[in-house]
Amino acid sequence: MEYLKVFVVGGLLCVIGQIILDTTKLTPAHILLTFLISGVVLGAIGLYEPLVKFGEAGATVPISGFGYALSKGAIEGAKSNGIIGVFVGGLKATAGGISAAILFGYIMAIVSEPKTKS
Amino acid sequence: MENMNNKEYQKYVEQKIPKPTYAKNMLFAFIVGGLICVFGQIIGNILSNYGLNKEKVAAGTSIILVFLGAFLTGLGVYDKIGKIGGAGAAIPITGFANSIVSPAMEFKKEGFIFGVASKMFNIAGPVLVYGVGSSVIVGILYLILTKGG
Amino acid sequence: MALKRIGTQTVKLSNPPSIISTASIVGPKEGEGPLKDYFDVILEDDLWGQDSFEKSEAKLQEEAIKLAIQNADLSPNQIEYLFSGDLLNQITSSGYAARQLAIPYFGLYGACSTMTESLSLGAMIVDGGFADKVVCATSSHFSSAERQFRFPLEYGAQRPFSSQWTVTGAGATVLSSTGKGPYITYVTTGKIQDYGLVDANNMGGAMAPAAIDTISQHFKDTGYNPEDYDLIITGDLASIGKSILLDLMKKAGYDLSKNYTDCGVKIFDNVKQDTHAGGSGCGCAAVVFNGYIYKEMVKGNLNRVLLVATGALHSSTSILQDESIPGIAHAVTIDNMVF
Repeated sequence: MEYLKVFVVGGLLCVIGQIILDTTKLTPAHILLTFLISGVVLGAIGLYEPLVKFGEAGATVPISGFGYALSKGAIEGAKSNGIIGVFVGGLKATAGGISAAILFGYIMAIVSEPKTKS
Repeated sequence: MENMNNKEYQKYVEQKIPKPTYAKNMLFAFIVGGLICVFGQIIGNILSNYGLNKEKVAAGTSIILVFLGAFLTGLGVYDKIGKIGGAGAAIPITGFANSIVSPAMEFKKEGFIFGVASKMFNIAGPVLVYGVGSSVIVGILYLILTKGG
Repeated sequence: MALKRIGTQTVKLSNPPSIISTASIVGPKEGEGPLKDYFDVILEDDLWGQDSFEKSEAKLQEEAIKLAIQNADLSPNQIEYLFSGDLLNQITSSGYAARQLAIPYFGLYGACSTMTESLSLGAMIVDGGFADKVVCATSSHFSSAERQFRFPLEYGAQRPFSSQWTVTGAGATVLSSTGKGPYITYVTTGKIQDYGLVDANNMGGAMAPAAIDTISQHFKDTGYNPEDYDLIITGDLASIGKSILLDLMKKAGYDLSKNYTDCGVKIFDNVKQDTHAGGSGCGCAAVVFNGYIYKEMVKGNLNRVLLVATGALHSSTSILQDESIPGIAHAVTIDNMVF
């Protein structure tokens, strides 16, 4: 049941993205940004939280979950450390993923070669 | 051709373009995106079974998924997943990793500073700029609103 | 007095230069396509032993030029001019190919129209008595074009159905003041046509008006009709552009349904090879002409062909600045006989 909820929530978020992709001229990069900012905004006004409670990884793994984590971190930072916390909180909450992307990205770039599509 | 203006021609061309296979694309986006999320959930569950707290589970799951996205990109597999899954492969955090690793690999020929390192955030850079930027604004608004109220 | 001009955009060559040899080199995917038997060299690996796709493309062009010269039993020092171009920034593939060849070199940028742009200029130079032997060449490479114009190779994006597949290939033609044909008899130079299309994933649509304009003008200037040709072939309009061209030419009173096709449609099997609308790139018209068309003309299966390579003259910067895509098309008539 838990996995089913994750699957459905995550799948549906991606379907929304696919619909935007297929009906507009937007690129996947635009979709990433749209979802991210939606996550930040929905997180800020408290609408993303219930989706995370219900769908768990289905809501946190999509990039909108990254946006949610950023805004949640900034708000929590504001609560505990005021204005400094606002600047520190968002990145602190998401630092793991970003650092991993930089390090693994660099390593992969060194050890592998792009292949022509066939 | 002479009796067609730009608008008319653009409209005419639009109806010549084959429409995407909406249903198939949506189905595959649903399955691929859903499966990646389920995979994230499994990783999260394993990590919490090891007794990690909520914060560590969240960070750990992101790190592992990012690693997998990067690894599959390096192997030349993620672009194939993306071709099938579309948004289902792009939206999960593994797609974010793909958007970082693919230009980094591609631009290695231009060197490690102006190639790999500077092109790495070609696609993902805007994500960080707008994500971090908007979250700071959210935090400031929160401060203003709570102080004001 | 420009004695050789007829009509407004066409030149009738009075000493038509002869095509004395050609060469075509293609990548692995093109080598699996329907025209595979017509190409001189099919690569097994599109890096061709080089360490970047750009270097591989320069080698493609250089080897195609050398092979064409060799096929004519000539050596590079007997060639008086080289006309070539490609898609990459500052046409580096052509510059680096020319660096190795030591032939006086004119670099051209006509995007995918470069094959007929170079043939037009080469033919006029020979006809005018400025040279006896010239080479016209161009190249493109899927992977070098993809990273310049689109996304990294390993990025997981879906390609829209209107998108085209850049041909990995190079073609070269040797023109001579003497020879037994086929000859270049007419040159119709196109004007830019821009109907405000901004979608770089639909180049066929952006370039079709240019091809329509140039072909109609060619008929007006020469007095020819579509039936006077065995084959009328555009460069890389692919399936969408081809259908637009057929439609709109018909509206203009020219029925091309019997003898018109497009190099981008011929080169791939779009369904089997998953190339969506078809092939594109300078190499598309180059290898279809220097491979398929030339060889069919030598066999006598085709006697008069109108080759109309088409180019989209945008850049990745101009697209980001919301500029529309200017299209261009240049036509040359290739005849087995001279009247």
